[in-house]
Amino acid sequence: MKKYLLPSLKLTAVFIILLAVLYPILIAAVGKLTPGSGKGETLTVNGKVVGYANIGQKFTEDKYFQGRPSAVDYNAAGSAGSNKAPSNPDYIQIVKDRIDTFLVHNPGVTKAEIPAEMVTASGSGLDPHISPAAARVQVKRIAAIRNINAAALTNLVKFHVNESMFGPATVNVLKLNIALDQLKK
Amino acid sequence: MNNEIIGVIFIYIITLALAIPLGMYIAKVFSGQKTMLGFMAPVENFIYRVCGIKPGEPMNWKQFLKAMLTINMLWFVYGFLLLIFQDKLPMNPDGNPAQTGDLAFNTVISFMVNCDLQHYSGESGLTYLTQLFVITFLQFVSAATGIAALIGVFNALKEKTTNSLGNFWVIFTKSITRILLPISIVIAVLLAFNGTPTSYDGKDSIVTLQGDTVSVSRGPAAGMVAVKHLGTNGGGWFGVNSAHPLENPNYFTNALELVAQMIVPMALIFALGIYIKRRKFSYVIFGVMSLGLLCLLIPTIVYEINGNPLLTQLGIDQTAGAMEGKEVRFGAAASGYWSIVTTIISTGSVNSMHDSSMPLSGMMQMLGMMVNAFYGGCGVGILNYLIYVIIAVFISGLMVGRTPEFMGHKVEAREIKLAAFVTLLSAFLIKGGAALAAYFVAHHAEMAWAVKPGSWLNNPSYHGFSEMLYEFTSATANNGSGFEGLGDNNIFWNISTGIALILGRFLPIIVPVAIMGILANKKFIPESAGTLRTDSWTFGLMTFAVILILTALSFFPALALGPIAEYFSIK
Repeated sequence: MKKYLLPSLKLTAVFIILLAVLYPILIAAVGKLTPGSGKGETLTVNGKVVGYANIGQKFTEDKYFQGRPSAVDYNAAGSAGSNKAPSNPDYIQIVKDRIDTFLVHNPGVTKAEIPAEMVTASGSGLDPHISPAAARVQVKRIAAIRNINAAALTNLVKFHVNESMFGPATVNVLKLNIALDQLKK
Repeated sequence: MNNEIIGVIFIYIITLALAIPLGMYIAKVFSGQKTMLGFMAPVENFIYRVCGIKPGEPMNWKQFLKAMLTINMLWFVYGFLLLIFQDKLPMNPDGNPAQTGDLAFNTVISFMVNCDLQHYSGESGLTYLTQLFVITFLQFVSAATGIAALIGVFNALKEKTTNSLGNFWVIFTKSITRILLPISIVIAVLLAFNGTPTSYDGKDSIVTLQGDTVSVSRGPAAGMVAVKHLGTNGGGWFGVNSAHPLENPNYFTNALELVAQMIVPMALIFALGIYIKRRKFSYVIFGVMSLGLLCLLIPTIVYEINGNPLLTQLGIDQTAGAMEGKEVRFGAAASGYWSIVTTIISTGSVNSMHDSSMPLSGMMQMLGMMVNAFYGGCGVGILNYLIYVIIAVFISGLMVGRTPEFMGHKVEAREIKLAAFVTLLSAFLIKGGAALAAYFVAHHAEMAWAVKPGSWLNNPSYHGFSEMLYEFTSATANNGSGFEGLGDNNIFWNISTGIALILGRFLPIIVPVAIMGILANKKFIPESAGTLRTDSWTFGLMTFAVILILTALSFFPALALGPIAEYFSIK
């Protein structure tokens, strides 16, 4: 083994410099040219940062479009899914409760109109998106609270739908809510 | 939903279209022909000179393995020390604590063996220093170790009779300078432009639109996310891996990361055929492996897009599929595809929480790891497959009443025993480990470990057993994904899976290298009419049958207790 120890040591040292020092520095330098200069893209309202474009936020107030349930309560210091099994009876009860809460806050909506993602926790706990259907189903509630024409809101949602060639269509909840606040003014 | 399935097919076709030229390129690199990255030659020569390596020096299989094991042991010591002292070292903007001894043991082994069990969360369990100097570093070098072992085997198969597997140091170095590093740079840049952070800034604190104050973890993740896939390691910067919106911001990056994790294992299959001049052999291997992929993939996608039957009963709209643990931007089909790709390839990165997958999808994920040779990890996938080939050669030989031969060399008792030993080993580690864990849960629920056995399981009943079975399957297969509800950061899981990781890595590398080294040393027997051709489709099917029978016999009873029972309980 001794014959191999010295080359091992030297080779390790060389590759630490190449892979752990130079490589990330190179990528960081290129990253400066990206939107957000490599620190994560932020969104601002009146010059004040209100969030990261890709990180979901907690919206509990009825006047905002709400995102998905989160196992970490949208605290982006960490990240986690619920890891609940499809067969877990406690989990099924939690989903039932979420459905009931949703129906209470959204009068006039039927169970069959609630998209699954609104009552199931995301993988990261920070999912920034909901489906267009999940945004549309909340329009009636928000229109009533904010006293806005529902058709105008539906249009706003439509404008924020991000179609993807192969993936599902998405709506970024934070961007939609920022636009919603501006709509009111 | 249809466009999501077309998306999956499209991603697979792109992968294949890129893997074929990459395979030709890899064959050129290691046979010493000119390539477009020829300008790296001075860099490599500089490395050889500094390190005192004589590039022309051949190694027999014992020397080759000694070099490989020595450098791996060194990485273990280096990584362990950094992890237990990370709190005192620089580049820790978030003030994260040191890892405990047992956690550091598990972490460093896990990455040394190209796995990523990660019994910690990246946001709080590591510092930027250890993320880069331990994790990213090991993601490169462990992948290069696997590739080097495989190229050593290529060299044994190439010659009629030879003593030499090539020079380990040279193959290892070229794997990084010619393959892993240049492609990683391209992927990392693409990720950066799609929103994956690259800067060294620490955690940010913001006030949200609704007025809550929250922190946002960040860090130079893009480089690591690139190599974690390309090198099939899978260890994520953030706790939830590629489900995290910074680590995998959109459908394009999702496709990119899927292509990245599959491309090298696939390319190596084509490289094999070109390198040893038996192209048909590699087509047959590719065919068998792809058949295996389809058998696992199709049911998974069907179950995931159909959703959870218990939620369907609640009367909600489940057209999007089973969304628990999944991200809206990927959808059910691409998440199901990822879960199979990452388990057959031994990547172990996730873009959805496998613990919340439908019962039979979870079983397909476990089967992918139990076989561990449908494409498989960087280099090691084909090595595992060659073990099955040796067994198939032996059984076919018995059936037709001939001495088994492989590539013109007699396969004798010693080689068969070694191969059989490896196939039995994984069954022993997975089932033995899961049984031991289940024993503690059942009989010693109150043991005073960091997490009591009574609190290990996040889900009751059959699925709880699946969580333990999955963890040992993942460790033994060096995969790294998990049913993450399991409370695994305690001394039992850290040590037991650490041992499973080492045995599950090095024996399946040492044994095939040794077998091929021994075979290559034997007298070459020219092919005759009586030779059992290993590059025929019939023999490919024979190998597939061997894989099927070995896996079914070994694991069906355990799977019946976990995912199969769960499936019938919610049907």
